[in-house]
Amino acid sequence: MSSPLPLLHARGVRKRFPGVQALAGVDLCLRAGEIHALMGQNGAGKSTLIKVLTGVYPPDQGEVLLDGRPLRARTPLEAQQSGISTVYQEVNLCPNLSVAENIFAGRYPRRGWQGGWAIDWQRMAVQARQLLARLHLDIDVTSLLSEFPLAVRQLVAIARALGTESRVLILDEPTSSLDDDEVGRLFTVMRQMRDDGLAILFVTHFLDQVYAVSDRITVLRNGGLVGEYATATLQAADLVTAMVGRSVCLDRQATAAARGDIARRTPALEARSLGRRGRIRPTDLSLCAGEIVGVGGLLGSGRTELARLLFGLDRADHGELLLAGSRTVLDSPLDAIRHGLAFCPEDRKGEGIVAELSVSDNIILALQSRQGIWRHLSSPRQAEIAQRFIDLLEIKVADRDTAVGQLSGGNQQKVVLARWLAISPRVLILDEPTRGIDIAAKQEIMDEIRRLAGQGLAVLFISSEIDEVARLSDRITVLRDRRKIGELPGGSDEHAVYRMIAAGS
Amino acid sequence: MVGSGLPAPARRHWGGGRLQWPLLTLLLLLGVNALLNPGLLHLQWRDGHLYGSLIDILNRAAPLILVSLGMTMVIATRGIDISVGAVVAIAAAIAGVMIGGTLVIHDGVASHVSRFPMPLAMAAAVGTALLCGLWNGLLVARVGMQPIIATLILMVAGRGVAQLITGGQIITIYYEPYFAIGNGFLLGLPVALYIAGAVWLLLQFAVSRTALGLFVQAIGINPVAARVAGVREELITVCVYAFCGFTAGVAGLIVSSNVKSADGNNAGLLMELDAILAVTLGGTLLSGGRFSLAGSVIGALIIQTLTSTIYAIGVPPEVNLVVKALVVFVVMLLQSADFRALVRSALRRPAELTGQP
Repeated sequence: MSSPLPLLHARGVRKRFPGVQALAGVDLCLRAGEIHALMGQNGAGKSTLIKVLTGVYPPDQGEVLLDGRPLRARTPLEAQQSGISTVYQEVNLCPNLSVAENIFAGRYPRRGWQGGWAIDWQRMAVQARQLLARLHLDIDVTSLLSEFPLAVRQLVAIARALGTESRVLILDEPTSSLDDDEVGRLFTVMRQMRDDGLAILFVTHFLDQVYAVSDRITVLRNGGLVGEYATATLQAADLVTAMVGRSVCLDRQATAAARGDIARRTPALEARSLGRRGRIRPTDLSLCAGEIVGVGGLLGSGRTELARLLFGLDRADHGELLLAGSRTVLDSPLDAIRHGLAFCPEDRKGEGIVAELSVSDNIILALQSRQGIWRHLSSPRQAEIAQRFIDLLEIKVADRDTAVGQLSGGNQQKVVLARWLAISPRVLILDEPTRGIDIAAKQEIMDEIRRLAGQGLAVLFISSEIDEVARLSDRITVLRDRRKIGELPGGSDEHAVYRMIAAGS
Repeated sequence: MVGSGLPAPARRHWGGGRLQWPLLTLLLLLGVNALLNPGLLHLQWRDGHLYGSLIDILNRAAPLILVSLGMTMVIATRGIDISVGAVVAIAAAIAGVMIGGTLVIHDGVASHVSRFPMPLAMAAAVGTALLCGLWNGLLVARVGMQPIIATLILMVAGRGVAQLITGGQIITIYYEPYFAIGNGFLLGLPVALYIAGAVWLLLQFAVSRTALGLFVQAIGINPVAARVAGVREELITVCVYAFCGFTAGVAGLIVSSNVKSADGNNAGLLMELDAILAVTLGGTLLSGGRFSLAGSVIGALIIQTLTSTIYAIGVPPEVNLVVKALVVFVVMLLQSADFRALVRSALRRPAELTGQP
């Protein structure tokens, strides 16, 4: 039931930031009653475009029309009042408040004298129920938010953004923390809202989701518009080509599985019933030079806990760790670094980057730590190392001295990877290195991992995307319920991993 | 646009940069001061050293400069140390009690005798202050206390400790050589200035020629990421607090030497707040990370200039704290980028209205 007249129309939008042309003449046509996917790699300009649409940034050139009239919103609040609601990637809700309180936080309905000094709890509950009914969600709005699964919280976030008069809903990567069932539930609601006549702009990195739910696709690349397509007529391979600008092989690439001699070498890292009470049960694991061992398992299966034990972030209370054949007790990450271990943590913002420091400082941080405080790397040396890895990993940054927090997610991840490559590690532990980054950067990082393994690095590759693990690994260790349930040879497909998880042995 | 191949000059962010506002404030304050008190800029060479109000300000600012330097490092790690005033009092008390001093006339020649050798007394005072800092650091880094609570303990207890050492009395020091620290001159300039300058230079050297500056900033911005990257965050945090205690100890020596006595109650009173203010005036954020040593030194000079001005122009003592607070308020407003933007847009808006009929 999509109507031909665009509800929200961006025309020739240009936006420039110091050193970067973020948007170079982009058009976007959003019609009532459609789900419109906005696709593009990190740095393509998706976030900037959304911020222009919601009034966070004024465009340098071009205009945004709502119902054919120029949009005059200068803040997200004004945009919301004009009918454009946005749910950002990071859901900023308070789990310790009730559902209704979350929905109305900061704008509680009031009652009493002179516009109200008291909160009208009853009216709040009624209105919250009405808003959630629009999302076809029937839950107890007075319960704490923390009692509900992530998918419901995502819907509550949408309800929070959605006023009764909203006509445009912008969802910025709403599915990145949801599992398959929860995604399905969200999509059901999105379709119902579309059929109610809402225009939905949907940003995601997952190709299958785009095909599952969207009607049209707009693709951006390097701040420019590539095109608008009807989803039904665009092949997945063509979509990827449009996003990346060159064709990418999505198929399984030949791993160096033929490295039969690996088994006879001394493992670079070997865990013998290594475990820690309450975190991960005693686990055996071996990892040889030149080998990529994947760790597959669902959320909560103990993947990250295992990595933290191996890197000395947590102390093991069971079993032993052998590095290059000799028993080692790791007391701290620094200890692990001195033994040639490197660890890209899962939580890039919280444990990876030091956001306000420059790209250069971030890259040399681990190397400098290993050198100690006195053997300071000179400025030219720092610059040389940083530039080498910026070039090697093709980190897109105008200047080494840019604060790393200003980079896109994929480039931040590359900076963390560069930090660890700079210490020339023997063992590299990667915990979700491809989370939240676009498909081309993903491919680049996976190619880089494979190249490093080819040079003799031992890689432990942890990912929640089992197909990635299956594609990349020479062997796959499968975890479930905080213990290792088995190992699969390289070349196994993701279904074999799922079957093993399901069987639980 | 994205010139990743172009080598950009490597900028160092610690120590320099962003100093124009603190500097401007200091110059402005000196200018106002000079208008109200024409004698201010007058320097005189007498008895082999420089005399004048400016020299006096520098001399009196030395303890605050020292404490501000230590405080800068603590604040850069996202911490705070509100015990420095008490530690100044402890160091002053130890130095006072251990030196004491009497005038002994022997064969008609008067000579000053201290209770313990002066170097020993000074080492004990500074060493104890260092231990105080170490205690703070262990509470913060090892025990995991909130910095403001951890140092609150010593802030409260420290004055009591100082009282215990001095036996509740104001100890007067009668040992002439000790007075050189707070009142003496070397090559025409106050000795205290050399001490503060030496600590500044050493610290500046440490943060720019070793990895200390990088590590401290990394800890202040993201302690977890710093630890994962191998930074010895606990050790460095403890050292930073210990150093802050050390600077308070040296400041205690200068203070007690300057007033020739040790007063457990009043030595270094409210100095922690002046130091935090100096660091903030110098452009270091209380949220940790980026810091500026030169900025803190300028901040300390601003505060001392202000204090001196208030005394010099004869503000009645009962209102001088209010005057000081007002000036600090204005200075902080001027240094706030948000406030300046607000003023600028307020100035621009009428202009736009007249420009567009």
